Amino acid sequence: MLDRNSIAKRIAQELQDGWYVNLGIGIPTLIANYIPEGISVEFQSENGILGMGPFPFDGEEDADLINAGKQTITAMSGASIFDSATSFAMIRGQHIQLTVLGAMEVAQNGDIANWKIPGKLVKGMGGAMDLVASADNIIVAMMHTNRKGKSKLLKRCSLPLTGVGCVKKIVTNMAVLDIVEGGFKLIERAPGVSIEEIIAATEGHLIVEGDIPEMTF
Amino acid sequence: MNKIVANAEEAIQGIQDDMTLMLGGFGLCGIPENAITALVETGVTGLTCISNNAGVDDFGLGLLLQKRQIKKMVSSYVGENAEFERQMLSGELEVDLIPQGSLAERCRAGGAGIPAFFTPAGYGTEIAEGKEVRMFNGKPHILEMALTADFAIVKAWKGDRMGNLVFKGTARNFNPVMAMAGKITIAEVEELVEPGELDPNTIHTPGIFVQRIFQGEKYEKRIEQRTVRQKEA
Repeated sequence: MLDRNSIAKRIAQELQDGWYVNLGIGIPTLIANYIPEGISVEFQSENGILGMGPFPFDGEEDADLINAGKQTITAMSGASIFDSATSFAMIRGQHIQLTVLGAMEVAQNGDIANWKIPGKLVKGMGGAMDLVASADNIIVAMMHTNRKGKSKLLKRCSLPLTGVGCVKKIVTNMAVLDIVEGGFKLIERAPGVSIEEIIAATEGHLIVEGDIPEMTF
Repeated sequence: MNKIVANAEEAIQGIQDDMTLMLGGFGLCGIPENAITALVETGVTGLTCISNNAGVDDFGLGLLLQKRQIKKMVSSYVGENAEFERQMLSGELEVDLIPQGSLAERCRAGGAGIPAFFTPAGYGTEIAEGKEVRMFNGKPHILEMALTADFAIVKAWKGDRMGNLVFKGTARNFNPVMAMAGKITIAEVEELVEPGELDPNTIHTPGIFVQRIFQGEKYEKRIEQRTVRQKEA
């Protein structure tokens, strides 16, 4: 099984030169640490920066420079800063090539739920609804099962939706899966994880065709 | 033209019970700290606060929540605040959660004289309930209404007596769009400068959107998630 960093590392392999990328809170944020060599991407954070850099060195934090997770960050050379409406013009206007975000549940039709557990946890959707409604290319980064061991890859989401039919790819601690007509198509396995284990951990319809390679790093 | 007022207390004159306020900031970054402190002291109550977040328990809008001065929050993300969650789940606090981009655009539209607009964000989710749906380019969109406020309170880095504002870093966030959408907009700044000191080419919010401006007495600028890396040896 992959840890959070390895999930991020695997998703980083999807990055293409010249892309503008929005990374959500949690595992997606870690992707910035694993940009493949020879590739140049610009990270957008929806609170209003393009060209987000790494975390600052101890003592160099700036309260006026944070990411959407409210963490202190730095700005790369060539970065730009803008207001929230302009930021979402980039997102809604499809100027961003890749969006990576976390999820509580993903359904086999591409529905995603990640903002609310009725009666329990209500944090709000933040920018997630805008991101998933507009992005062409959405990857979900999450654990395959929740803390109780229940699958997060479902036939239908049980929680309130964030967006409908929008997720294209999922990278979990167990597998890489594409959302295709009819279900989750297994693309790769995490090192040492068997197809049987993935089937057992996937409630939605899993499509397994031919040999499924292990992820390589 | 001189929009300068002496301090936060003077700036918030006229804010009364049950009014609607917009407050700039993202998390604790770029929030009008001094005006919030002054609002706590007035004891004004029944407020509807439009703000992307609701502060933390003991800073930002959390201070107004503690004193039960807020009746309703209009926000996109309200984690990180236990008191908020308690008041919301117990029904003491009304909460309208709005996708962040729709929130920003609704403020911008309110300030720009656009009464409503269609957006794909939230289609098929519970926030689309009761909203008009229309297809554009083969894709469903929902109708979102513009937002305005009795008072918008924003925080900038520098400003002048004309009301021109310059923001610093990601403290800009919602401030410029909210500045546009207040019937009265109050700007608190870290530094008041003389007209002409701000290069007209670099002004983020033109003074026309600002009615009152003051230099904040002090800025704590609390960091919510201090995250650093270590220098390699």
